[in-house]
Amino acid sequence: MSRRASRPSLPVTIDGEEYLAYEGETILDLARRVGVRIPTLCQLDGLSVFGGCRLCVVQTEGDHRLKPACATEVTGDLEVTTSTHEIREHRRRIVELLFAEGNHICAFCVSTGHCELQDLATEHNVDHIHYDYEYPRNTVDASHPKYLLDRDRCVLCTRCVRVCDEFEGAHVWDIAQRGSESRIVAGLDIPWGESESCTWCGKCVLVCPTGALSFKGRSTGEMVHDPEVIAFLSRARREGEWVGRKEQV
Amino acid sequence: MSTPNGNGNGQPRKLRFATAWLGGCSGCHMSFLDLDELLFDLAEHVEVVFGPLTDVKEFPPDVDIALVEGAVTNDDNVELGRAVRANTRVVVSFGDCAVTGNVTSLRNAMGDPDPMVRRVYVEHPDINGAVPTEVVPALLPQAEPLHELIPVDVYMPGCPPSAERIRNVLFRLVESLEAGQGIPAMDWRTPDDLRFG
Repeated sequence: MSRRASRPSLPVTIDGEEYLAYEGETILDLARRVGVRIPTLCQLDGLSVFGGCRLCVVQTEGDHRLKPACATEVTGDLEVTTSTHEIREHRRRIVELLFAEGNHICAFCVSTGHCELQDLATEHNVDHIHYDYEYPRNTVDASHPKYLLDRDRCVLCTRCVRVCDEFEGAHVWDIAQRGSESRIVAGLDIPWGESESCTWCGKCVLVCPTGALSFKGRSTGEMVHDPEVIAFLSRARREGEWVGRKEQV
Repeated sequence: MSTPNGNGNGQPRKLRFATAWLGGCSGCHMSFLDLDELLFDLAEHVEVVFGPLTDVKEFPPDVDIALVEGAVTNDDNVELGRAVRANTRVVVSFGDCAVTGNVTSLRNAMGDPDPMVRRVYVEHPDINGAVPTEVVPALLPQAEPLHELIPVDVYMPGCPPSAERIRNVLFRLVESLEAGQGIPAMDWRTPDDLRFG
């Protein structure tokens, strides 16, 4: 949150409690500042607003449409409801649809136990998926030496696209195609490992809410040891490869 | 003391309890055995009438609670799943394979299973390469969660559900059925009782 010169001045009601909001503050910013939990998925502090996942929808007085709290700025005298049965059901359906349209096999995922989608399912009492699963035939991109993209686990939140563009300035990632065909691609749909703009910084992996982007070498059978490094270190020490000649031991 | 379920000899009738093993790895059944000493407590309330641990071939009638592990992935699963539903008051979708398809459904994205079966049984083996046609049941085009085949009353996710999770759900069910109250609401479950994976 940016440094603010003025004091909060806009009266806003959230779930019956009155608060003062800053000019330009979103409903989500305010809710978090005052400790009201609104679930989110695509939103990430520090990144631009996407407003695509619709997990953070809330109701505002006088408007029957649900609005994304992350992309809606407060106005004076706004009355916000964050958690009715209808809103919770809406969010639960979104979570279920995300499961139905991907191939999310929690038990078999590098991110199980550390997955925002898994957490959201639990939070919304999802004990099974009411919709038919799509079982899409997705592709895995293992061409990068350090990282892995498994599109089966992607929820198209675009955090990777945004962080690569807005922080690393590399803009490796984009969404290709539309609708149910949408998928994350590197460059103009080239193997990630062939991308010349990727700097190997790994920010996309760090921000991914699911197991779609992961570090290689972390799942069963992938751990690669490097015992030769000791001979390398030993020789370097003996030959004084990292120190001036005078400091040789 | 007699109950509405009494068997006429003064003892309350024990609930008839079954487990079924469809397309899963039996890990959920292993987790059930992890109830350890609680199995004795359970045995005070239920009679085990069917499951991989009994030598009963036909799913019996008038079952009160059935835990069904595994996805519906072949002909046998369809037959047993339907028999469970037809003869059981409370069907529990037991573990992630039954609830979501889970690992068993990994094959679905590949479409028609025949090329996979040929790869495994014909192209890969060094000897006797042939697709088995006897004893081994035919695969369905896709592995589906149990609720795609039959109506399910209670869902117990987890791969496997922990023994504690099984205890929480199962004993609540037993208590409720013994009290003649039917299937209890499942709104009491904590995140520990709900998580996939």
